[in-house]
Amino acid sequence: MTPRPITLRPDLDLIAHLVPGSSRVLDLGCGDGALLHHLMAEHDCTGTGVEIDPEKVLAAIAAGVPVMELDLDADLQLFAAASYDTVVLSRTIQTIRRPELVLREMARIGSRLIVSAPNFGLLQHRLMLLSGRMPMSRELPYSWYDTPNLRFTTLVDLEDLFAKLGLVIDQRINLSIAGEPVGKGFRAANLRAGAAVYVLSQG
Amino acid sequence: MTDNGSLGLVDTDIVRLFTADDPLVLASGSTLGPVDVAYETYGTLSDARDNAVFICHALTGDAHAAGYHPGAKRPGWWDNLIGPGKPLDTDRFFVICANLLGGCQGTTGPSSIDPATGRVYGLGFPLLDMADFVTVHRALLTHLGIERLLAALGGSLGGMQVLEWALRYPEQLTNAAIVAASSRLTAQNIAFSAVARRAIMDDPDFNDGRYSEAGVVPRLGLRTARMMAHITYLSEDAFSEKFGRTPHPERNEPGFGIDFAVESYLDHQGRVFLERFDALSYLYLSRVMDYFDPFSRPHATDAVAACPVKFLVMSFDTDWRFSTEHSRRIVKHLEHARQPVTFRDIPASWGHDSFLLPVERYHDTLRGWFDRAFREGLR
Repeated sequence: MTPRPITLRPDLDLIAHLVPGSSRVLDLGCGDGALLHHLMAEHDCTGTGVEIDPEKVLAAIAAGVPVMELDLDADLQLFAAASYDTVVLSRTIQTIRRPELVLREMARIGSRLIVSAPNFGLLQHRLMLLSGRMPMSRELPYSWYDTPNLRFTTLVDLEDLFAKLGLVIDQRINLSIAGEPVGKGFRAANLRAGAAVYVLSQG
Repeated sequence: MTDNGSLGLVDTDIVRLFTADDPLVLASGSTLGPVDVAYETYGTLSDARDNAVFICHALTGDAHAAGYHPGAKRPGWWDNLIGPGKPLDTDRFFVICANLLGGCQGTTGPSSIDPATGRVYGLGFPLLDMADFVTVHRALLTHLGIERLLAALGGSLGGMQVLEWALRYPEQLTNAAIVAASSRLTAQNIAFSAVARRAIMDDPDFNDGRYSEAGVVPRLGLRTARMMAHITYLSEDAFSEKFGRTPHPERNEPGFGIDFAVESYLDHQGRVFLERFDALSYLYLSRVMDYFDPFSRPHATDAVAACPVKFLVMSFDTDWRFSTEHSRRIVKHLEHARQPVTFRDIPASWGHDSFLLPVERYHDTLRGWFDRAFREGLR
C-alpha cells in the first residue's frame, strides 16, 4: 500500500490547525489514522491512535500510524499521566459508554484536550422530536436501531459536564449544519450549530 | 491467503562464532566456548544491507523457519508467514533465523560436547539469560556483515528475545514485533515449567544430565513435559473443536489406555517431540523464561527512550499460556517510555499456538506492518 495523499477531511483539517506543531498527540477514536498521519508528516508531531474498529486499525497500521486496538471506556489507564501534549476526541464522545470517565482520563493524560461533538439540541432535531420522530441529520445520520451513538448531548449539557470536571473552554468553534465553521457573530449555537469543536484545558 | 509462494529447498548453515580462546561472555560473567550457531537465511541482502529481518524462535523451535529441507514432507515452522509474496516477503526482505544458544538443533547447548573434557556439558553447562541469546544473535549478524536490522520478529520466547534486544540495543533495530510473549512470567507460568522440569529430572534415565553417556534418553519425563506443555498451548475451545469427546478408534472397552482421541493426540505429540528435542535444552531454555523480567531492571527503558523503536505487540484472545494481559503489560511499559507502539489483541480460537497459524487478521497486520517498515527503511 502506498501512503495516502495528504488531503484531510475538512473536520480533521480544522482539528489539525488546533494542534501545536511538534507536539505529542493521542488521538482517541483515530479511525484510519488520517489526522495523526497528517500531523506526523506535515507538523512534525509524534503520537498514538486508539481505535476499536479492526478494519480501521489495519488501515492506520498500513498508513504508518502507531495505533492501539483498545476500548476507550476501559483501557485508558494504560497511558501515563501527563504523557501527551494534546489529547483528541473527535466525533467520538457520543459513541462511548462512560464519557465522564473518558474526559477525566483525557485530562489526566494530556494538558490540552480537543473534543468535538454533534449537537443534539439543534433546532432541526428538536422539530423532528416534536413531530414524533427521532432526530436525524448530517451529524446524526443513523436510524435509532443501527446507530453507533450511545450518548446524546446538547452543547449546553456538554459544557455543564466540562465545568463539573474543572475543564476550561479555551476555544469553541461552532459548525453549521453543513459542518462548516461559522464566524464569531453566530448566535444561539445550542439551537443552530450542528456540532462544535472545543479546546479545553484544566483550570 | 492469496499468495502461496514457497522458498523451495533451503539449507541450515553452522558457523563457529566463539572459540575456547575467544569465548562468549555470558550475562552471568561465565564464559563459554566454542559456540557454534545453526542458522538459515532466505531472500537476498540488499547492497545497502538495509532489508534484514531477524526471526527469533520459541522454546522448541529451530533455525528452519521456512522452505523445505531435502526430502522433507513438511516445511519450516513459520513457512505460512515467510516466503515470496507472503506477509514477510522474501522477494524484498533478507530473513535470518538462528537456533538459540542452549538449543539442540545445531547451536551449542547443554548436550553438546565440552571440548575441554571431551564429555557432554550436561548440568555443568552455565545457566543462561535472555541477554545471552541476543549476544549470540548479534555475533551472527556481525558474521553476516549486517550492522542494523530493519526488524526483529518473534513469538512466545522469541518475542521475549526481541523485547530484550530492543531494550538493550535499540540502535540496532528500527522495528520490533513481539507476538504472544511476556515480560514477566506469572506464578502459574512458572508452575507449569516446574512440573515439566520435574518430570524430566525425576526420570530414572536422566542420570544427572549424563544420559547420553549412558546411551539413554529420559523419554518418559520429556514426553510428559511435552504433553503437559501442549495442553497449555491450545485453548479449551481448540481441544473441543479438534477432538471433542471422540473415542480413540482402537478403544474396545474403558480402561487406562488411550481411550479418547485427545489422549492419542497428546501421546503422539509427546513421541514425536522425543525425535527432535533434548531434555537438557528444555531445562535450560524454560528456566531463562522464568527469570526474564526486563522492566524490573533499573533504567530498563533509558536506552530505548533515547532511541525509539517502532514496536508491534500482538496477543491472541484465547491464549492462556501468555494471556493478553502479558502483552498489555509490555505495551504499558513501552508506552510509558514513549515508544511508538502498535497493539492488537487478535481474535483466534487456537490459544497460544495461534501465533504459528495463518490467522487472517494476524497475517494482514504483519503484512501491513512489514510493508510500512519496508517503505520507511532503516531509521
